[in-house]
Amino acid sequence: MTTLNSSKEIKKDDSELNEHHEDFRMFGLITFLIADGMTFAGFFAAYLTYKAVNPLPDGAIYELELPIPTLNTILLLVSSATFHKAGKALLKNKNSDTQKWLIITALLGITFLICQLFEYFNLPFGLIDNLFASTFYALTGFHGLHVTLGTLMILIIYWQTRPKEGRITSQNMFPLEAVELYWHFVDGIWVILFIILYLL
Amino acid sequence: MTILIDSPDSNNKSLQPKGWLRYFSFSLDHKVIGIQYLVCGFLFYLIGGTLASAIRIELASPISDFMPRDVYNQVLTLHGTIMIFLWIVPVVNGAFGNYLIPFYVGARDMAFPRLNAVAFWLIPPSGLMLVASYFVEGAAQAGWTAYPPLSITTPQSGQIIWIMSVLLLGGSSIFGGINFIATIIKLRRPGLKLMQLPMYCWAMLGTSLLVVLSTPVLAGTLILLSFDIVAHTGFFNPVLGGNVVVYQHLFWFYSHPAVYIMVLPAFGLVSEILPVHSRKPLFGYTTMVFSIMGIVVLGLVVWAHHMFTSGTPPWMRLFFTIATAFIAVPTGIKFFNWVATLWGGKISINSAMLFSCGFIINFVFGGITGVALAQVPFDIHVHDTYFVVAHFHYIVYGGTVFIIFSSIYHWFPKVTGKLMSEKLGILHFAITFIGFNLCFAPQHWLGLNGMPRRVAEYDPQFQFVNQISSIGALLMAISTIPFLLNIFLSIKKGKDSGDNPWNALTPEWLTSSPPPVENWEGDAPLVEEPYGYGKPISQENLIKKT
Repeated sequence: MTTLNSSKEIKKDDSELNEHHEDFRMFGLITFLIADGMTFAGFFAAYLTYKAVNPLPDGAIYELELPIPTLNTILLLVSSATFHKAGKALLKNKNSDTQKWLIITALLGITFLICQLFEYFNLPFGLIDNLFASTFYALTGFHGLHVTLGTLMILIIYWQTRPKEGRITSQNMFPLEAVELYWHFVDGIWVILFIILYLL
Repeated sequence: MTILIDSPDSNNKSLQPKGWLRYFSFSLDHKVIGIQYLVCGFLFYLIGGTLASAIRIELASPISDFMPRDVYNQVLTLHGTIMIFLWIVPVVNGAFGNYLIPFYVGARDMAFPRLNAVAFWLIPPSGLMLVASYFVEGAAQAGWTAYPPLSITTPQSGQIIWIMSVLLLGGSSIFGGINFIATIIKLRRPGLKLMQLPMYCWAMLGTSLLVVLSTPVLAGTLILLSFDIVAHTGFFNPVLGGNVVVYQHLFWFYSHPAVYIMVLPAFGLVSEILPVHSRKPLFGYTTMVFSIMGIVVLGLVVWAHHMFTSGTPPWMRLFFTIATAFIAVPTGIKFFNWVATLWGGKISINSAMLFSCGFIINFVFGGITGVALAQVPFDIHVHDTYFVVAHFHYIVYGGTVFIIFSSIYHWFPKVTGKLMSEKLGILHFAITFIGFNLCFAPQHWLGLNGMPRRVAEYDPQFQFVNQISSIGALLMAISTIPFLLNIFLSIKKGKDSGDNPWNALTPEWLTSSPPPVENWEGDAPLVEEPYGYGKPISQENLIKKT
């Protein structure tokens, strides 16, 4: 299924070849994100297999509370929207607006990470308590690493979009677009993770 | 005062070292990177070959006298890992891909030159890490598959370094794959259609898709495995409630496609070499393209045929047997196409051609045993025996390594502008071909009679056949001598080859040999028929310059 999707992706880009001959950096990024998505797919597959075939020992604790992760889902979805706003503002050359939206996005990302840590510290199980706990921490931790990297990149983008001196302008949008795509990707993964890990 | 009119990019390049020093620099030139991959890979091939010789010396006698049992296991682990991750994958993808793909798509470099250099320079340090892992306490001894629980219960510091090294090599492979996809799809010169590309481009596109889709899964798996070792989680540890079969599924989801990652580029390369030396168009271009893509799709859904003895349920056995048998169809199409390309051609018997024909013979044999291994009853009988070792080496050595040598003979004049000695080349082929078949053909018999693999000791009744196999291995070791001699003598005193010694029509031959820094003096030629041999039109008509 993934093969089909990716080859469709390539076909689509192929038709745009002659208009945008220069910009294949985005194409490279999309390919990379497909690869990154496959890492998550491997983790999800492992988790679902464990869930199906490896019963937990008696007395293992695997109850998850829903409020914090639900809040986190909302935080990330809103941050995707604010990032989008930042891009729109940059197109109109309103750098200070861009910076405002970017800092909101970064703050949302940081809040997400704090909530995640808060959840970690309040969970009744640790990394090596049982198979579910290990998989839970591996999945959310690997995703949290992505959010951390994304937040750092947003802060770099924030610095580079400062009015007048910044490197990123409406003529040189690629770094912002790249981080934005990455951020949407990380959000999308979170939604899948939320459904599989918390709701299923 | 002179004003240099230069684009910033080419200015960058002129700052780089010239001459042989550039092969030790962070060069962005795809041709330099290609040679870096090739030479680096070959050095690791020599290390891996030395280890293979040690294995065959040990197996010349039924008791473990040459080395202790655990050292034997460490040596075979290192041999497998080096040969796969540091010789075959980097050379057949990275070396030839980097050298040829920009020529084939009519570009001056790869799509992401810096990423390309990074991808190469990840290899020497991680290769050294891998070799170093042998010398720390608890060297990896679970085979290149690193199956738990063996890999998490044996002493572990070497295993961890092994994992880190394979992760870095996987990263290098993914960066390379992204670069190839972007170059083939996005960087084609205007007017060049996908269906006009030389076959190696298609092979590399398919291979890179497999790399991008499956290598990350291996990375994730190895991360979980290292958690098991370092933090004592229980993902793959049955004692802690984990599941070893999940590791096998995830591992083979990468490592079966890895076989195609190792062999599809060789399919592409042989499709370039055969038409040139038999002066005929490549037979069945379109079917070749579709069979490559068919192998890519099927290659992703056959992994569990490695696991028929791992308690797989019947439906899974049935599905994976059928899917595996199906792969024989596109592969068979390719073989018939190659034979049809040779059929009635004006064949020149030279080293490149001999190695390519050797490839066809060996690979057909490996393919037949592959179909046999896909059948569950047979597989259960020979699982983890020398039959599997023989099959695998017929694919990767008889297949891919033969093509690597063939390609070196074919493209050596391109890279150096010198011809290689045919006498030494034919001697190299003869020793390699005889040695290879002497080494691995008897192993089919050993496996069928139940000699297990990865064990230093065996039943004395197998000694005679093992000794034949060891003599074959000795011949293979000797075969590198005429090869290296040939390379060095040809670089020193080889005859000038001219720009196009084979009168080939593929784009890389339409520039000077060795090529200029940015590949073409003027614009890249538009080659609409890279295999237009034996047609009543002259070469000039085929190449339209725009």
